[in-house]
Amino acid sequence: MYYKPIIGMEIHVELKTVSKMFCGCKNDPFGADKPNIYTCPVCLGLPGALPVPNRKAVEWAVLLGLALNCEIPLFSKFDRKNYFYPDLPKGYQISQYDQPFAVRGFLDITVGNEKKRIGITRVHLEEDTGKLMHATVDDPTSPSGLRGASKKVSLIDFNRSGVPLVEIVTEADIRSSEEARIFLKKLHQIIRYLEISDADMEKGSMRLEPNISVQKIQSRLNRDKIQKLPPYKVEVKNINSFSFAKKAIDFETDRHIAILETGKYPQQETRGWDEKKGVTFSQRSKEEAQDYRYFPEPDIPPIRWSKSQISNFKALIPELPDTRIARFIKEYGLSEYDATVLTEDKKTADYFEKAVKSKTIPAKTVANWIINKKADISKLSPEGLVNLIQAKTQKLPMSEKDLEEVINKVLAVNSKAVVDYKAGKESAIMFLLGQVMRQSHGRADATTTRKILENKLK
Amino acid sequence: MITDKSIKEIHLGLRKKEFSCEELIKETYGNIEKYDSRINSAITIVDKKTVLDKARQTDNGKKEFDLLTGMPFVLKDVYVTRGIRTTCASNVLADYIPQYDATVYKKLLDLGALLIGKMNQDAWGHGGSTENTDFGPTHNPWDLKRVAGGSSGGPAAAISGRMTVFAIGEDTGGSIRNPAAWCNITGLKVTCGRVSRYGAIAYASSFDTIGPMGKSAEDCAVILERIAGKDPYDATSSPASVPKYTSFLNKPLKGRKIALPKDLLGKGLDVEIKNAILKAVNKFAEIGAEIEEVTMPIFDYGLAVYYVIAPCETSSNLARYDGIRYGFDRSKFTEETIRRIMIGTYALSAGYYDAFYRKAQKARTLFIKAYQDILSKYDAILMPVNPTPPTVIGELMSDPLQNLLADFYTVTQNPVGVPSLAVPCGFTKDKLPIGMQLIGKMFTEELLLNIGHQYQQVTEWHKQKPDIIS
Repeated sequence: MYYKPIIGMEIHVELKTVSKMFCGCKNDPFGADKPNIYTCPVCLGLPGALPVPNRKAVEWAVLLGLALNCEIPLFSKFDRKNYFYPDLPKGYQISQYDQPFAVRGFLDITVGNEKKRIGITRVHLEEDTGKLMHATVDDPTSPSGLRGASKKVSLIDFNRSGVPLVEIVTEADIRSSEEARIFLKKLHQIIRYLEISDADMEKGSMRLEPNISVQKIQSRLNRDKIQKLPPYKVEVKNINSFSFAKKAIDFETDRHIAILETGKYPQQETRGWDEKKGVTFSQRSKEEAQDYRYFPEPDIPPIRWSKSQISNFKALIPELPDTRIARFIKEYGLSEYDATVLTEDKKTADYFEKAVKSKTIPAKTVANWIINKKADISKLSPEGLVNLIQAKTQKLPMSEKDLEEVINKVLAVNSKAVVDYKAGKESAIMFLLGQVMRQSHGRADATTTRKILENKLK
Repeated sequence: MITDKSIKEIHLGLRKKEFSCEELIKETYGNIEKYDSRINSAITIVDKKTVLDKARQTDNGKKEFDLLTGMPFVLKDVYVTRGIRTTCASNVLADYIPQYDATVYKKLLDLGALLIGKMNQDAWGHGGSTENTDFGPTHNPWDLKRVAGGSSGGPAAAISGRMTVFAIGEDTGGSIRNPAAWCNITGLKVTCGRVSRYGAIAYASSFDTIGPMGKSAEDCAVILERIAGKDPYDATSSPASVPKYTSFLNKPLKGRKIALPKDLLGKGLDVEIKNAILKAVNKFAEIGAEIEEVTMPIFDYGLAVYYVIAPCETSSNLARYDGIRYGFDRSKFTEETIRRIMIGTYALSAGYYDAFYRKAQKARTLFIKAYQDILSKYDAILMPVNPTPPTVIGELMSDPLQNLLADFYTVTQNPVGVPSLAVPCGFTKDKLPIGMQLIGKMFTEELLLNIGHQYQQVTEWHKQKPDIIS
């Protein structure tokens, strides 16, 4: 009996538009130096206020959908997701339910040496909530009349309320925590390439929620094929790094297997991730699952695209990592490894291309300098890097006399190798050649040196 | 009384210095002081001294000014007004002072119109009689024992009682037309998207419309051409250009075709109202319009569609009144409001959505088609506003179902989105007002106002005022 994890991901990403999703307030919750300074009647949910969608945010959601190979339905709409929480000022979140901006896409990843396709169920747009802070504050009204009396309060900061948020939902195609990590890294990379979000997980502008279940299988073969999903799943929230996502999935997988071993199924629930203890903990069980009473948002007209608009969007997508890797290999003769490292983020890849444009230095050399971090590219311009490499690698041809001198020196101090060579050990000449190269600081020409050596040792 | 005059007449009087804006304002406040203790049309009256100061500024200001400059008006208490309490007639917002201005209010302020009061209504728009209010029912100026209609009952009664020159009402399922008909004034439910809803406290967002209420179709035209248009703060407001409504008023009706759904004049309709409608039909024929009988059997499903979708939307719109950030908590909702929230919550719940909300939306599409079918052949549809004359206070409140049936003629236009003008067309033998409504194609307010104005040129109904103030 074997077990295989079945994993789907939900990822929330805050878009870095100038203004919020449905109002003109500044979209900079992390840069705000005070709470509740970027607010207005709309994002505070005041009576009578109405949402007006941010065109840029809508376009970016579509762009992300296209970058994830999704279909863009010509008709889309916003819906209300009704639930109560103090950080949700309207009592509902404007989201998308059954007709999101992008559907049925995929992302190809490489696991080990194998290519694998992860299905993208949907990409939709919604608004972020405010932020709750639980604090203890001075309480001058305390009946005890004691100085320094305090009370526990919950404070709400609406700077984040109404920030545009895209949600990406995958199919349950992921089969290991490592696949999940690779998928998430690649998704993160694409989002950064599109320049639609900082996708900073520490700040919470990218949030990860794996949905995990484990299935018993009879054989190790056909690991990827599943007949029927297990009758439960566990959603883990509050994860803010790729490695925590991996750890949480591993923790859950082990937990589920232990339960399945007893002949039971794990409970369907939402769990939180405790990064200090490295464990998940129960937050909400299925019995408490909410009915969000979705219905079409009557304050926002549906969105209708023309086919030409969609093709215009396609033209806006920059070259994405996979295409760029292939082109770097083909165009610059780089190894797959070098091309992959250089394209990890768009800035480095752009930097590389600027540096090789002058064609004064071979692309491989430039790549080597960038990858091995011989130069700090955050401080040096691409032109500066080219100049630096030129200065450091310029070769003055060695005069024959100088070369002769170096060779003689090498032969004098390496008598053992000389003896070895004469005794028929041909490889000894390579050792001597190497010594000459070293002594000449690489200035010696290898072919000439070898010829001279062979003559001298005859 | 100055307030008996039309907006144009008052404007000319102000310009020719026949009377001052100060006198006009004093008259409106005088009438409020004299009558409103019995009518109860207002929830909040704006400080008299402040308004008089503004009136004097108008008197001493420019010689050329807009038709609405210095014109006293009232708002249904759904519009947020910065610094002025806005309650929606609910104790939940009994002490709520908004921080911003509704677009329609701002437009009127910019023109120099003078806000006199925030008026009584059914709380959140939930009702058709201005009895579901935490500030006491509004009494009909034509018979104080009776209701003024609703939900914009306060504004209608205030115009009828000459406590204002005009009002901005709000119509979700008849809320402008119903009290207009019962108080003998003229009210326009505009096309969905014609006037910005920004700052109007939502009842059922996809049905809510912001419209003028006044003494005549002409006054409504003057107001509408100043409040209509695209608003960057309302994504559902239409970019369609705003016609100069007043320039259409004097067109002759010759050749205009009006449909009369004869199946809507049968069972359940008060005989006196039916006769008044038939008289109006004759009047229209006299002035050149062609009237033809049609049928609208789909009307039987109108209340069902309305009373599923509107509660669904209201259950969501009212979720924000959770007692956390402003106002009082949910225990302050009235029984009728709680009933609508519960119905809406139920109808949207998993397992019931398809049976109720989705089905109602499908039926809504059928209504759109039914109206389109008739309006592709006719310029307007004529029908009653109310099935009965104004009811005695307490009568509808004691019977929630009867309360709903009172909206029979007015709940189908909002789901469809078409405009409808309510115009006075007679009185019962007990001298209770009767109204009719003219329904047109989307964005044909100019035509409805034209028809209404032509009718008012040959009738005197709209000029009658209640005995209490005569």
